[in-house]
Amino acid sequence: MSPQDPSTERHTIAVLVDNEPGVLARVIGLFSGRGYNIESLTVAEVDPENRRSRITLATSGTRMIIEQIKAQLSRLVPIHVVSDLTDDGPSVERELALIKVATADNRENRIESLRIADIFRARVVDSTPDSFVFEVTGASGKIDAFIGLMRPLGLADLSRTGVAAMARGRTGLLDGS
Amino acid sequence: MSEDRMTGAQILMQALRDQDVDVIFGYPGGAVLPIYDALFAQNAIRHILVRHEQGAVHAAEGYARSTGKVGCVLVTSGPGATNAVTGLTDALMDSIPIVCIAGQVPTHLIGNDAFQECDTTGITRPCTKHNYLVKEVDRLARTVHEAFYVARNGRPGPVVIDLPKDVQFAEGTYVAPEDVVHRTYRPTVSAEPTALERAMEIIAGAKRPIFYTGGGVINAGPAASEALRQLVRLTGYPCTNTLMGLGAFPANDPQFLGMLGMHGTYEANLAMYNCDVMINIGARFDDRVTGKLSEFSPNSTKIQVDIDPSSINKNVRVDLAIVADAGQALAEMVRIWQARGYRADRPALDAWWGQIKQWRARDCLYFNQDKTPGAVIKPQHAIKRLAELTADRENVYITTEVGQHQMWAAQFVPFNQPNRWMTSGGLGTMGYGLPAAMGVQVAHPDALVIDIAGEASIMMNIQELSTLAQYRLPVKVFITNNHWMGMVRQWQELLHGERYSESYMDSLPDFVKLAESFGAVGLRATKVEEVDDTIAEMMAIDRTVIVDMHVDPKENCFPMIPGGAAHYDMILGPDDRGEQRTSEEGMVLV
Repeated sequence: MSPQDPSTERHTIAVLVDNEPGVLARVIGLFSGRGYNIESLTVAEVDPENRRSRITLATSGTRMIIEQIKAQLSRLVPIHVVSDLTDDGPSVERELALIKVATADNRENRIESLRIADIFRARVVDSTPDSFVFEVTGASGKIDAFIGLMRPLGLADLSRTGVAAMARGRTGLLDGS
Repeated sequence: MSEDRMTGAQILMQALRDQDVDVIFGYPGGAVLPIYDALFAQNAIRHILVRHEQGAVHAAEGYARSTGKVGCVLVTSGPGATNAVTGLTDALMDSIPIVCIAGQVPTHLIGNDAFQECDTTGITRPCTKHNYLVKEVDRLARTVHEAFYVARNGRPGPVVIDLPKDVQFAEGTYVAPEDVVHRTYRPTVSAEPTALERAMEIIAGAKRPIFYTGGGVINAGPAASEALRQLVRLTGYPCTNTLMGLGAFPANDPQFLGMLGMHGTYEANLAMYNCDVMINIGARFDDRVTGKLSEFSPNSTKIQVDIDPSSINKNVRVDLAIVADAGQALAEMVRIWQARGYRADRPALDAWWGQIKQWRARDCLYFNQDKTPGAVIKPQHAIKRLAELTADRENVYITTEVGQHQMWAAQFVPFNQPNRWMTSGGLGTMGYGLPAAMGVQVAHPDALVIDIAGEASIMMNIQELSTLAQYRLPVKVFITNNHWMGMVRQWQELLHGERYSESYMDSLPDFVKLAESFGAVGLRATKVEEVDDTIAEMMAIDRTVIVDMHVDPKENCFPMIPGGAAHYDMILGPDDRGEQRTSEEGMVLV
């Protein structure tokens, strides 16, 4: 029996927590203190009535480490539910990004950026004579691809929200917890 | 003030009383003065004034471990809280239930770098099971009740309540404990029945089984230890305990193999390596226990029962994991064994015991004590005689500091009951033993409480002798004085080419005079023939005693599994060094 499985997996984990001071620090401290990776993290209150927030994080590690991460998260006191969206059946993942392209006076780049934005269903949310800000949503891979295409056209700034994710089907974290 | 309105400080005292607190270990300061005022106005809770906040937490640990109750600590803001951090970390690592109340600067000054301010919740977040900052007085009672609930349920641990001074003064309403239900924290205590059935099937079919049990059994209460005894005796299987688990299974039972791990017995470690079924109850596969992970018990089916899911599959992958309270699981396992009419595989088990007896015959704890008058005292002899001469006393409690003496105590003092042995296992905190003994003695005034110490460790919380004097606590401090940080010296000898860098204890105090200056009695023994009389004299004195037992400075603690080595690769004694066994990977391990 090998104690360590060398293959690394990427997992998206959703955590429903009490929205109280320090709860995010507990989650982040757990990752840094135990040497786990956080690749993406989003957090916002989702249940104002019961003051509960949802943290969605993407992490990677061996199967044993992923199991440890989930067990360690579960034992934090203000945590209601830990759900491994990667393991627990199909899920949808979306990310939003704002991408600023500064084309200066290069008219062709300006047209090309609009054309690519159209293909990716990105919206123009700000426009000046020599720049655009695009808003794009989608799976992280789609956003990576969009950024890749925009980079040579004059990528000037970039802001990504991190992954928001949810299991497909009718059940959710907010029920029954 | 109307009847049900009280100040925050009064609410705190009421909540502590309702949580069955009878003793607080603490130290006053500016940010907790209202609490000390409320303490002054009542008689239900006794306060023990320590001399350093680290001592307060260790004392509360000793109290908690010897009684099974939650230990309670009260410290001031800033340095009071930071001084408590070592104790809190110790309690976290060893799963000891503690509630620590820390004063804080008034709410409006938080974040202003006020006098004696520190970010207590930030600093203690990684070293507590949970912590709270209470900013509204009406949340205080509820928070205290929650803190006790969290500290004692599931895998126990320390909880800090950071309490700003203005909240201590503010008026609010008290809430009784029964009105408080925790929103999120509900640990699993009952095992899945099918998993236990499956476990018993595997256990009944074992040919070379071993029970490997840890502090979880002690934490689950005396009934868990009783159920473990029943199960081990029913099966006829061998049992080994971790350092934290000593006392859960009686050391005088022939089925007991002694402690396992780095300084565990030859028979326990080889039985772990060669077993076909390992039954882990309440132990966490600590690196001091497993040695080299890739060669840890390679051919066994491993069953693990633990209340903490994060202790399962952390270091060692197990075949059957059961999340449950050790006591409940053990009682159920006993029931299943009897109900199913299971019988051990007698021929296989006899062969296994035959093998174990051969390992036992190596007598791995042998040491050579020269008995001629004037001979130097071997530390093992001193501790062994201490155990033998106190064996017929009821209610003996042993604490230790950290190092060689701690391992010798674990090897040579037989514990036949749980809650009699307090040692810093996970964190390895030098300076733990004296304040822990203090906490034990407060909880058990008539018991014989002995801190087995080294001369280096004892210096780390020596100030607590003053607390012992103030409360007339007759703790016995038994120093095996070898003038070295013995375990550091041992590693330097075995692993660092005998370069004894900074491990010699120069300029030690005269411990006899030191004892006298604190109103205690000091005794000294330097020759083998003085050992028994000194121990007898120590036991006859109903006051604090420091015994300065001068022992062989060169003695090493064996057996020893060098860092990074496997269970079969033990150094059995000074003549068994053989080739240099520590690999380069092993050298970097602590």
